[in-house]
Amino acid sequence: MALLTIRNLCVHYGAIQALHGVDLEVQEGQIVALLGSNGAGKTTTLRAISGLLKPSAGDIVFDGQSMVGLPPELIVKRGIAHVPEGRGIFSNLTVEENLRLGAYIRTDTAAVAADREWVFELFPRLQERLGQNAGTLSGGEQRMLSMARALLSRPRLLLLDEPSLGLAPQLVQAIFATIRRISQDPARRTTILLVEQNAHMALATAAYGYILATGQIKTHAPAGELANSDEVRKAYLGVV
Amino acid sequence: MNDLFQTFVAGLRLGCIYGLVALGYTMVYGVLRFINFAHGDIVMVGAWLCFIVARAMHWTGFTAHPPLYAAAFVLLISMTACALLGWLTERLAYRPLRRAPRLNVLIAAIGVSLFIENAGQLRFLFGTEPQAMPSLLPRAQTALITLLGVRITVLDVVIGLLAVGLMIALDILVFRTRLGLAMRAVAFDDAAAALTGVPVNRVVGMTFIIGSALAAAGGFIFATEYHNLQQPAEMSWILLGLKAFVAAVVGGIGNIRGAMVGGLLLALLEQFGGRYVSNDLRDVYVFAILILVLLVKPGGIMGAQVTEKV
Ligand SMILES: Nc1ncnc2c1ncn2[C@@H]1O[C@H](COP(=O)(O)OP(=O)(O)O)[C@@H](O)[C@H]1O
Ligand SMILES: [Mg+2]
Repeated sequence: MALLTIRNLCVHYGAIQALHGVDLEVQEGQIVALLGSNGAGKTTTLRAISGLLKPSAGDIVFDGQSMVGLPPELIVKRGIAHVPEGRGIFSNLTVEENLRLGAYIRTDTAAVAADREWVFELFPRLQERLGQNAGTLSGGEQRMLSMARALLSRPRLLLLDEPSLGLAPQLVQAIFATIRRISQDPARRTTILLVEQNAHMALATAAYGYILATGQIKTHAPAGELANSDEVRKAYLGVV
Repeated sequence: MNDLFQTFVAGLRLGCIYGLVALGYTMVYGVLRFINFAHGDIVMVGAWLCFIVARAMHWTGFTAHPPLYAAAFVLLISMTACALLGWLTERLAYRPLRRAPRLNVLIAAIGVSLFIENAGQLRFLFGTEPQAMPSLLPRAQTALITLLGVRITVLDVVIGLLAVGLMIALDILVFRTRLGLAMRAVAFDDAAAALTGVPVNRVVGMTFIIGSALAAAGGFIFATEYHNLQQPAEMSWILLGLKAFVAAVVGGIGNIRGAMVGGLLLALLEQFGGRYVSNDLRDVYVFAILILVLLVKPGGIMGAQVTEKV
């Protein structure tokens, strides 16, 4: 059974309907890419999963239980961490305080300490900047901090909203390498739903891909197939 | 020289009150980004509750020579009741409007304020007559020390310790505890805070509880220092709330330490201006400094230097 199953998800912003019945599955342990051009509804999908938006119809089932109607803070506790688009950090707090917020829901201090070690292995720069105000970090470091913070809640499912957006090409490579490392860590087996506009990199990283356009899933297939389908590339990914 | 010092001490007394009340404005603004106009009324309720409990104690004959814990008891009851009242206003009036335009919330706050003022005038609550606060501390007016010819009374010292103690406690709470971390996270971005697992509604509720309890402490100090309690809808209460709000803005709205500094600064200005320039203009100084600060340093004295990039 899939770790996450979304059925017929509809979301409205006031009178405007942003999602028109999205169906999507994420298998445990996989990286699944959710692709689509600007305004397709990718962020809306993630915000509905993490409880920031209430669906007007449909169901979101995580680990066998419906998440619809739960507030975001309970959804985090169930094991879904959402790294929002943009910087996604608290720039009025220090790096250390941001990380402590990441583990806010946890009481297993020994395991938190181990997770911090792991997070510092993934993002060594953060350890050097613990006392610094998070707002003073560079754009790339802020992105790392928001990922680190999410990981410290020890999620079973990690939602990443355009982690590479606006980063320099080398940093983009580094972020995707880190996403693979997170997914492959044997002790944690974090499942990842990856939202991207950078279809090429995302499909090279993911096992499976969905393509969203105007609030509907247009097609889905193993990532390799999507990457090689000329039709898909032309119609939905803006690749010539 | 001793006149200067006398005025300074009077400024400190008043500054304790402004500071404690300003904290509530600034905390609520911090987490919800709106001015809780009903906060000044919580101060009024706090002061009046102190009076009611103190009077009841006098009736029982308990306070002919009141022990120190009599004052502590009065304070505790008032703080607890006001904490509950503050929590209720948030729960019933503001939370349903959390996603509404800011103007709606502001209007609701004015409504809550008018409700409390007018309900307070009910005969079985505080009534429409001014009252004199009975003395709560033994030998309250005894001079503990005479410094530069100024009598520092037992009451002054107790109240000074109370105000400073509460401010230090709040500072520790906000900057050193898990709840404080959650409050600062909600203040920055409530949706992002919820995504980290912070229970936003509970944190907002706690903010009202703490702010209102501090307002009650301000009311307690007001009642014990000045003895005269005007009836609930009297202009002087509104003015007290307004000045504390100005203190919060002057210190940098949303900034905890700024509220304390702003309260002290405003009170000193008011006392010195009232003593050496003109007593009739006491209220004018307060609003003049507000305009000045808004012109020169809109973020307030302790406010952020740079505006946030969006
Ligand atoms: N807060 C909002 N209010 C109204 N419409 C919105 C809001 N956020 C997004 N939308 C609309 O919903 C659609 C999907 O947006 P979004 O999920 O952000 O797309 P993506 O993340 O794929 O770029 C867009 O048409 C967008 O204009
Ligand atoms: Mg988006």
